[in-house]
Amino acid sequence: MAPPVLEIRNATKVYRTSGGFLSPKKEVVALQDYSLTIEKEPASITTIAGESGSGKTTLANVVLGFTPLTSGQILFHGQDLATMNRQQLLNYRRNVQAVFQDPFGVYNPFYRIEHVFDTVIHHFKLARSGNQARDMIEDALNVVGLHGVDVLRKYPHQLSGGQRQRIMMARVYLIKPEVIVADEPVSMVDASLRAAILEAMLSLRDELGVSFLYITHDLSTAYQVGDKINILYQGSVAETGTTVQVIDQPQHPYVQLLVESVPAPDPNIKWDTEIELPDEEVLRSATSTGCRFYPRCPQRMDRCLEVAPPLFEIDGKGHEAACYLYEDEAQMAPAT
Amino acid sequence: MTEASGQNVQRRQRKVLEVRNLRVHYETPTGDVIAVAGIDFDLYDGETLGLVGESGSGKSTAAYGILKLVQPPGRIVEGDVNLDGDELVHMNDSDFRQIRWTKLALIPQGAMNSLNPTMRVHRQITDAIEAHEGKQDKEELRQRVLDLFRMVGLPQRLYNMFPHELSGGMKQRVCIAMGIALHPTVIIADESTSALDVVVQRVVAQTMLRVKEALGVSMIMIGHDMGLMAQMVDRIAVMYAGKLVEVSPVETIFEDPLHPYSQVLIESIPSLKERKPLKITEGITHDPRNPPPGCIFQLRCPFVMEHCRSEAPPLREVKARHQVACHLYNDDGSLIEGAKVEAAV
Amino acid sequence: MGAATGQTASLTAPRKMGRLNRFDNPWLNIKLVVGVIMVGSILLMGVIGPMLVDVDLAYVGRSPLNLPPVGFENMRGEGGDPTHPLGTDNSGRDMLSLIIIGAPNSLLVGFVAAGFGMLGGIILGFSSGFLGGMADDIIRLSADITITIPSLLVLIVIQSLIPVQSLLVMAVLLSLFAWPQPTRLIRAQVMSMRESGYVKMAQLSGVPTSSIMFREMMPNLLPYLAASFIGNTTGSILAAVGLEILGLGPQRLPTLGRTIQNAIDNSGILRDMWWWWGLPTVILIVIFIGLLLINLGLDEVANPRLRKATRQ
Repeated sequence: MAPPVLEIRNATKVYRTSGGFLSPKKEVVALQDYSLTIEKEPASITTIAGESGSGKTTLANVVLGFTPLTSGQILFHGQDLATMNRQQLLNYRRNVQAVFQDPFGVYNPFYRIEHVFDTVIHHFKLARSGNQARDMIEDALNVVGLHGVDVLRKYPHQLSGGQRQRIMMARVYLIKPEVIVADEPVSMVDASLRAAILEAMLSLRDELGVSFLYITHDLSTAYQVGDKINILYQGSVAETGTTVQVIDQPQHPYVQLLVESVPAPDPNIKWDTEIELPDEEVLRSATSTGCRFYPRCPQRMDRCLEVAPPLFEIDGKGHEAACYLYEDEAQMAPAT
Repeated sequence: MTEASGQNVQRRQRKVLEVRNLRVHYETPTGDVIAVAGIDFDLYDGETLGLVGESGSGKSTAAYGILKLVQPPGRIVEGDVNLDGDELVHMNDSDFRQIRWTKLALIPQGAMNSLNPTMRVHRQITDAIEAHEGKQDKEELRQRVLDLFRMVGLPQRLYNMFPHELSGGMKQRVCIAMGIALHPTVIIADESTSALDVVVQRVVAQTMLRVKEALGVSMIMIGHDMGLMAQMVDRIAVMYAGKLVEVSPVETIFEDPLHPYSQVLIESIPSLKERKPLKITEGITHDPRNPPPGCIFQLRCPFVMEHCRSEAPPLREVKARHQVACHLYNDDGSLIEGAKVEAAV
Repeated sequence: MGAATGQTASLTAPRKMGRLNRFDNPWLNIKLVVGVIMVGSILLMGVIGPMLVDVDLAYVGRSPLNLPPVGFENMRGEGGDPTHPLGTDNSGRDMLSLIIIGAPNSLLVGFVAAGFGMLGGIILGFSSGFLGGMADDIIRLSADITITIPSLLVLIVIQSLIPVQSLLVMAVLLSLFAWPQPTRLIRAQVMSMRESGYVKMAQLSGVPTSSIMFREMMPNLLPYLAASFIGNTTGSILAAVGLEILGLGPQRLPTLGRTIQNAIDNSGILRDMWWWWGLPTVILIVIFIGLLLINLGLDEVANPRLRKATRQ
């Protein structure tokens, strides 16, 4: 069997911050022993969800090769990202692309919009001639409902946020990578345009077979487009499974709290319970040995402090939660 | 119980804030950008009004207009804002400074970054109090701050801390405490939970609701998250391109939005209840310096009619407490004859 | 959808396309324009002047001594001579020629020194910002230390040990103190740009590091570089004039500072020969104000928040 497009194996990222002169160095574990596999067929949208500090942005940065892993591997068709040579890295770049949150910052203010397309066509050698390049750009823009004459000669600040983000979708459409890391692509886009971006993701998946790592804090858009979901809490996976399984029947106490806290867009269904947040101090003192959610968990047990729970299978269909509550009802999931 | 709710109804019929024809422009070298194009609305005693719209719709500018905090090159062109009998727009600055905070408080966008990093938490609050009420007894002030802490659910040990020692949610609650410190009549909360994580957002939102109930203040909540609006507000005012297009009780607008733009807004809320096909609406807007004649939504409206392009529909009440600015409806809220709205849903 | 898009484009395009329209163009800043005219006219004088005036008169003994400008009298009651419209000094140097040669010389020392400083700043700043770690620590520390050294003092010591006879050597010596500012500026900008979305996007687009530096980052640095360059030019001219007034620096080449030093040394003030020290001072003031205006103007260009806000 061919190796998967992208495989993340036991990825751990530790940031060491020098505490400054004479102060001790601090270590922050941003991602702990994280594994994920994205198969070529069928193309899928895998959501990585979590709050700030959950490690989801770190994950995007390591997959895109912006920061090296502390330990673990990222394999692209079986080849380790860390050992790639120049040519292989260029090929990796060509096939693992990104769409970012801020649709303004990704444009160099000095250049017109066409610079974005010219750059990728030039460096990835996508077109044989200028004419072919022009046609490719026009095609890609049409897919997201834009026209070259309206946008290419403009400067980024002359376009709306929605237009800018759609041009970013056109850029990845032009490159046609195998995997796209979409880091909060709709969180700065207005509600009425959100659908256009999400729709573009779906059509890239269905028509071109592009897989997505959809990184977001917003469970509701993930619910609309995601195939699988990984919910991170402080650097480790709390729960994973298909999006519908996890959001309809959350098992991990944190995920339950998270899903319940999403405000329901229905005035007749109000939050029914008051919750309290634990003190910052308590959260910070959470040891790295036990379960990270222990200080906030309503169902905590003593053993949660001893060893962090591995993922336990819930229903035999890939739904797993990292919580000892599910140890009995399932045999241990093979450590992936 | 019935007595209490009866009182509530009575209270809610008293207007505390009346905004009439408020118009705010931003000057640019190529002409004025019309940020708020003459809006009218009322805020009733004890109610929470949600002001929603997408970025650039003028919702924040409208609030800053009420607070007279519009910064140049923006300016209030015209309008009247009446707060409990005081006319605000034409009031002189020193009188107005007294009213701001004591009667009209703001919890700003990204409020947690508005705390002074070099000042202990309690000082930030006591400074605000003393700036308006003059020197106070130390012990009394301390008690007042601790009461405020209790009200917004902050532990007492925060009293002597610096802002950087607090989490985002706590800082946000300190800002709420500052906002209510002087018992204002009206609180304006500008996207005050949108930078927070979901769980923290819920805690802060619930804190705001509790505080509002306890103090009986009226609140204008500005935001774009319809889910949060559904949880928190009594009435919703939908803004588009500087104009109010619909004002309605929250239950009604979620059930039966009248204005085509409100329909788009409600339709495009992603839900955790059902997976539904995405509804795409074209996000085309006009040049804000040069709005077309007629209805401001005509370029995006799926049901646009001939006279929408020439005549601007006024905001008028078509059902009980339900106002809309759209030619599609008769004065009794029924659809006009020949309206092509079948394609709507 | 397509039709609607076309419609808005036609509504908005004519107004929005005019990035270079005369109100939107940030380079047409009034301060910048006036400053450029002031400094430009000094340079122009250096180019056109020698064609109209015999600049050899700038050297000793070519003209009668101590003549006042036309229309004035000196202490001996002598009137001006039309062949020396701005008068002469006590060694028979024609003031007009002195200024025509001296002013551009002074300006050029400043530009050359700032140019070398900038070159150093670009190399060190980019290395520091990109390499990070040890290289960054060393570069940052040396820049910080150099900034705290009182440059005039060191220059006085150096120049009194090694008599400098060429303007170029003088400029190079001055540039030893002109690199830390651009280095720090570029380092800070590079570090923040490295985290910016468009640099990440360029990395993802397979753009090699050298192109990221020069094609993605450099254009956005230009306004800052220009402002820092002008600031350094001012500083270097000031240092050069200071040295010359103290009698250091090239002895034979006419510059503004040298002329003022001559006037002071030969009691130009006591002898009421105001044109001798006054005219070069006025020219220096024009240069400094011109450079200051350019700097303020560039600041506004580089930092849009100082501009009259034009938010939508």
